[in-house]
Amino acid sequence: MLAFITKRLAQTIPVIFGITLVVFLIMQMVPGDSAQVLAGEGASKETIENLRHNLGLDRPLYVQYFDSIAGLFQGDLGISAKSHQPVINEITTRLPISVELAFYSTLITIILGMTAGIISAVRPYSVSDMSVMVVALLGISFPSFWLGLILMYIFSVELQWFPVSGWDSVKHMILPAFTLGASGAAIVARMTRSSMLEVVRQDYIRTARAKGIRGYLVIYKHALRNALIPVITVVGLQFGALLGGTVLIESVFAINGLGRLIVESIRMRDIPMVQGGILVASLVFVIVNLFVDILYRFFNRRIDLN
Amino acid sequence: MKAATKPLLEVKHLKQYFSMKKESPFQKKQYVKAVDDISFGVEEGTTLSIVGESGCGKSTTGRAILRLDDPTEGEIHFQGRDLAKLSRRELKDVRGDIQVIFQDPFASLNPRRTIRQMLNESMKIQDVLPKSDREGRMLELMTLVGLPPDSLERLPHEFSGGQRQRIGIARALSVNPKMIICDEAVSALDVSIQAQVLNLLKKLQKQFNMTYVFISHDLSVVRHISDRIMVMYLGKIVEIADKHSLFNKPSHPYTKALLSAIPVPDLDVARKEIEITGDVPSPINPPSGCRFHTRCPFATDHCRNIEPELRELDDGHLVGCHYAEKLSI
Amino acid sequence: MAQEKVLEINQLKTYFHTKRGIGKVVDGIDLTLHKGETLGIVGESGCGKSMTSLSVLQLVPDPGKIVEGSVRLNNEELVGKSEKQMRNIRGNQISMIFQEPMTSLNPVISVGEQIAETIREHQGLNRKQAFQKSIEMLKLVGIPSPEKRAKQEPFQLSGGMRQRVMIAMALACNPEVLIADEPTTALDVTIQSQILKLMKNLQKKLKMGIIFITHDLGVVAETCDRVAVMYAGEIVEYSTTEELFRHPKHPYTKGLLQSLPKLYEDQEELQAMEGSIPSPFKEHQGCKFTDRCPIAEDSCHQIHPDLKMSSDHSYQVRCLFYQEEKELTKGMSSV
Repeated sequence: MLAFITKRLAQTIPVIFGITLVVFLIMQMVPGDSAQVLAGEGASKETIENLRHNLGLDRPLYVQYFDSIAGLFQGDLGISAKSHQPVINEITTRLPISVELAFYSTLITIILGMTAGIISAVRPYSVSDMSVMVVALLGISFPSFWLGLILMYIFSVELQWFPVSGWDSVKHMILPAFTLGASGAAIVARMTRSSMLEVVRQDYIRTARAKGIRGYLVIYKHALRNALIPVITVVGLQFGALLGGTVLIESVFAINGLGRLIVESIRMRDIPMVQGGILVASLVFVIVNLFVDILYRFFNRRIDLN
Repeated sequence: MKAATKPLLEVKHLKQYFSMKKESPFQKKQYVKAVDDISFGVEEGTTLSIVGESGCGKSTTGRAILRLDDPTEGEIHFQGRDLAKLSRRELKDVRGDIQVIFQDPFASLNPRRTIRQMLNESMKIQDVLPKSDREGRMLELMTLVGLPPDSLERLPHEFSGGQRQRIGIARALSVNPKMIICDEAVSALDVSIQAQVLNLLKKLQKQFNMTYVFISHDLSVVRHISDRIMVMYLGKIVEIADKHSLFNKPSHPYTKALLSAIPVPDLDVARKEIEITGDVPSPINPPSGCRFHTRCPFATDHCRNIEPELRELDDGHLVGCHYAEKLSI
Repeated sequence: MAQEKVLEINQLKTYFHTKRGIGKVVDGIDLTLHKGETLGIVGESGCGKSMTSLSVLQLVPDPGKIVEGSVRLNNEELVGKSEKQMRNIRGNQISMIFQEPMTSLNPVISVGEQIAETIREHQGLNRKQAFQKSIEMLKLVGIPSPEKRAKQEPFQLSGGMRQRVMIAMALACNPEVLIADEPTTALDVTIQSQILKLMKNLQKKLKMGIIFITHDLGVVAETCDRVAVMYAGEIVEYSTTEELFRHPKHPYTKGLLQSLPKLYEDQEELQAMEGSIPSPFKEHQGCKFTDRCPIAEDSCHQIHPDLKMSSDHSYQVRCLFYQEEKELTKGMSSV
C-alpha cells in the first residue's frame, strides 16, 4: 500500500508541471495582456510599455515561465497584476470557500445519490424505482447554472426561505451546494442502482440468503459494500466536474470563491493570478484523485494481489 | 502406435515465464514459471494428452505451441520449422496446419455472424480452397461433424453446447489442419454429449490421420482418446508414457495420487488409496528440488534438495522421480 | 427401512412463468432423506436438480415459484411458511453449499465473520463468542492456523480452502440437513477427494442427512447411499447406489453409464446417447425421454409413465417397460 501511494505521488509531479505549462501557454495566446488591461482604455503606448517592463512581460517567454516555476518552489505564486498583492494571499482567502462548497456538494452527491440508488435497487421496476430514475435523469439533463437560477427563483425570490447570494451561514450554502451536487447525485444514483442490481445476482448473495441472514443485512452488509466499489470511482470523477462547476455556481450565487476569482482574473488578464488559481485548483483535484484511488484500493484489495 | 518415426511436433526445452507486476520500483522482478523446461514429441496421427491440475501449465503449453504467447525459451519444431522463431507473418502459413478447439469456441465468436460466414472467413484467410469449391466443402464439413446442412444459415446462439463444440470442430477442420489442439474441449459438456463429441474426434482422426494434443483434467476422457499421456505438475513434466503403460504402471507418486483420487462410477474397482494433502504451491516460488515434495507422502531430504531428471524407466515411459523404481504401491 | 426421516419432499413442482410459456423445471419430485444418510441427485445440466434443492429452502430465483407439493422437515410443512420463518430454518436446520467456492463467498468480508454472522443470526451468541466459534469451525474442517485464516478475506485462500470455509459455514449451526450442490465440481481431483473425505467424516460426527447434487456418477458411487436420477424435471430412477450401478433399469440411467469413458478399460467407441435434453418449455404427452430412448415404442409417446415402486420396495423406475426386464434390455448391452 505504501509503495502504491509513493508511486501515485511521484506520478503527480509531471502532471502538475504539465498543467503549469499548458495554463501559461494558453494565457499567452489570449489577445491582450495584463499591462493593457491595467493601463485602461486609451492609455498611451508608452505607459503600456512601461507597465510591461515593470511586470517583466517584455522578457522572453521561457524566462517568464521558468521564473514563475522557480517562484512556485518557494510557495511564491507571483504578484497579482491587478492588486499588486501576492497571488497566494488572495488564493488562501478564496480557496476555503470553494473547498467548503465542493465538500457540501460532494456530501449531497453521496448521500442523496446512494440513498436514491439503493431505494431504486431494492425494488427494481417498481413505482419508487421509476420515479427515482426519472428524477435522476432530469438531474443529469439540467445544466447546473439553469438549475441554480430556477432554485434561486423558487426558494429565494418567491418563498424567501434562503438568501439569494453570499456565503455567511449554513442557510447561504444550501442552495449552491444542492445545485452543484445535483447532477453528481443523479449519476451516483444511477450507478449505485445498476451496480447493486449486478451484485444482487452474485453467488455470495445467494449464499447469504441460504444462511438465513435477514434481508436488510443482505442488502447493506453483503450487497452494498461490493456495489460501492465502482461508485467510489464515479464519485472521484464527479469531484473533478464539481471543481469546474464551482466556477459557474459561484458566479450565479455571487460567492467569492476560487472559481469566481479565476473568472475575474481571466477577464482582467491577470496572468499570475489565473495561473496560481488554476494551479491550486489542479493540485486539489490531483490530491482528491489520489485519495479516491487509495480508497478504491482499500475497498477492493483483490486488485492488489491478483 | 506407429513405429518411432520423426514426430510431427517436437517441443524442446520449452519455457514460458510470465512477469509479475511489480509493487514498487525497488522490488525484484518476479516470474510465474508457468512452463519450466519441458520437452516432448507427438507423432503424426496420434493423440498426446496433457493432464494435470489447475496451474500445472497444460493450457500454457498449448498456447505456446499455437504461439498465442511467445515462448520465453525453447524450440517448437513442426514439419521442419521452429515455430518459436517464426515471425508473425511466417506464422500465418503455419496457422492453417495447427488449429485449436477451446472449452467454449463461441466465447470468441461474433454472435451476429452465421456459421456460413464464419467458415467462409476462416477458409478465405487460409486460402485453402478456390472460392468455387468452398460451398461444397462447407456442406461436407456439416455432414462430417453431424449437423444438418441448414445449420450454415444459423447464428451461434441457436445451438446447444454439444452442437457448438461440433461447429468448433468444423471450423478447425475447414482449413485442413494437420494437428488440432483441444484445450478442455469436452469439459463443459454433459456426459451424454461428451461421448458424442469424443466419438466424433476419434472418427476424424481415423479418417484424416489427424494429430491431437488433448489438454484435459479428466483422466477417464484422456484414457479414451489418447495414445500417449503426459502428466504435468507445476510447470514440469512428471511422467510421460503410452496410455497403457501409464495406467497399468503409474510410476510417479503424483500420477498415482491423481489416478487414485478419481471417483470411479464402478463399485467393483478397488482403488489404491494414496492421499496427498495440501494445495498446489505457488508457481512464483516453486519448491526446491522436486516440485512435488511438499505434497508427496514419500519425499526424502534428497527430494527436497535435488530436482529429479526426467528419465526413461521402460521403453518410452519417462518419469521424473528419484525413487520411481522403489515405489510400488 | 426403519430409519428416521428428516426431510420428505412430495410432488414438488417448481414452475417458471415467463413470456415463452411455463417452464416446468421441477415437475413432481418425491424424495425422502433419512438421518445420517447421503442421498444423491444426479442428472445432466437443466434436469432440475439444483432447482429442486433451492425449492427446499425456498430460494428459487424469479420468476420461479413452487406451485404445488410439500416439503416436510421433521414432519413440519415448509411450503407456505413466511420468509421470516424460512430464515430461521436456512443455515440453521437446513444448510447449503454451492459449486463455486470462488464466487460463493463474499469477497469483502473476512471468512471468520462470514461464519460468525450465521452463528449470531441463529444462536444468539455475541460477536466475540461467535467469532470464537467460527475459529473452532475452521479447525473442524481442517484449516491450518484457523485464528489467522479467520481474519483473512476469501481471495487470500485457495479454492479447496474456500470450499472448506463454505462447509464450516454450513455446519456452524449443526444442521439436520445439508444440501451440497455440486460441491466439488470446480475443484481439482486431489482437492475433490480431500473435500469428499472431509464431508464423510463430518457427517459421521454430526449425524446430518446430506442431499448431494452432482452430474458426476463417479462421485455418486463414492459418496451416496441412495440415488435419484433426474431427467427433464422428473425422477426417472430412484434406488440404492448399489442397485443403481449394478442393475440400472431406466434406459436413461443405462445410457448415462454407458456414455462415460472408463478409467480402467479400453473402448473403441463410446455408446453415446443421441440428441439432448428437451427444453422445460416443451409440452410432453408421453414419456419425456422418448426422443432419445433406444427402446421407445408408440405407447411411450402416448402415456406418461408413473414412478413405479418395485415389489420389494427397493427401487423405483419411471418406464412403461420396467416390469418386463427382458423388454427393457432389448437392443442394449448390459452394463
